[in-house]
Amino acid sequence: MKISVRYFAALREALGAEESVQLVSGSTLGGLRDQLIATSQRHAAALRRGRLLRCALNQVLSDESAVLDDGAEVAFFPPVTGG
Amino acid sequence: MTLPRVSIQHDDFDVGRELAALRADDGAVGAVACFVGTVRERSGAAADTLLMELEHYPGMTERAIEAMIDAAHQRFDIRGARVVHRIGALAPLAQIVLVVVSSAHRGEAFAACQFLMDYLKTQAPFWKKEHRPDGSAEWVDARVADDAALARWGLHSGNAA
Repeated sequence: MKISVRYFAALREALGAEESVQLVSGSTLGGLRDQLIATSQRHAAALRRGRLLRCALNQVLSDESAVLDDGAEVAFFPPVTGG
Repeated sequence: MTLPRVSIQHDDFDVGRELAALRADDGAVGAVACFVGTVRERSGAAADTLLMELEHYPGMTERAIEAMIDAAHQRFDIRGARVVHRIGALAPLAQIVLVVVSSAHRGEAFAACQFLMDYLKTQAPFWKKEHRPDGSAEWVDARVADDAALARWGLHSGNAA
């Protein structure tokens, strides 16, 4: 299945604004993060475990246990700092 | 005319006009509370921050704040609420965010205004980058204190820690 991945703030600067990823069906958001980490050194550094990141599934804050559907929009970003 | 409950915009906002609009023609309103967040001068010296750049997640940011306003209506007996948040490059002293809440009595308006602001600080997808006069720039770190502020409402933040 195909997943659209978006990045914001420091992650966008490191990895670009978005990319499309092929995943086996039934993958979780955490599984997607692991697969991305394996993609390149840049991904590994930006998405490394231990770095506090937040994620959204279809534009709603989510966690890594969430199961992804084909066509899902996932976003990774640093802790938010608005207001 | 009914204003949208959430506006994400580059333009500045007029606090007086926003307050008047929220309570216009609503005779049940007896209180309007508002919060305005502004760009601080770092260490009190204007020269230290040249610009604050605000990024958001178009679509998600609006949805997230809409959901926060729904939650405020469920928790508090309020008449109306509106949030305006600016994006783009903002100079020191500029207005960044406005939360306005109307209600019959002041207690609910004050509480809902604080609730919305605590919620927005830790759960709405915005990011600040500080640009300095020497050309350097740095993303602003999230604060644990903001997580604690949301915890007062019985909500887990999970943002800064």
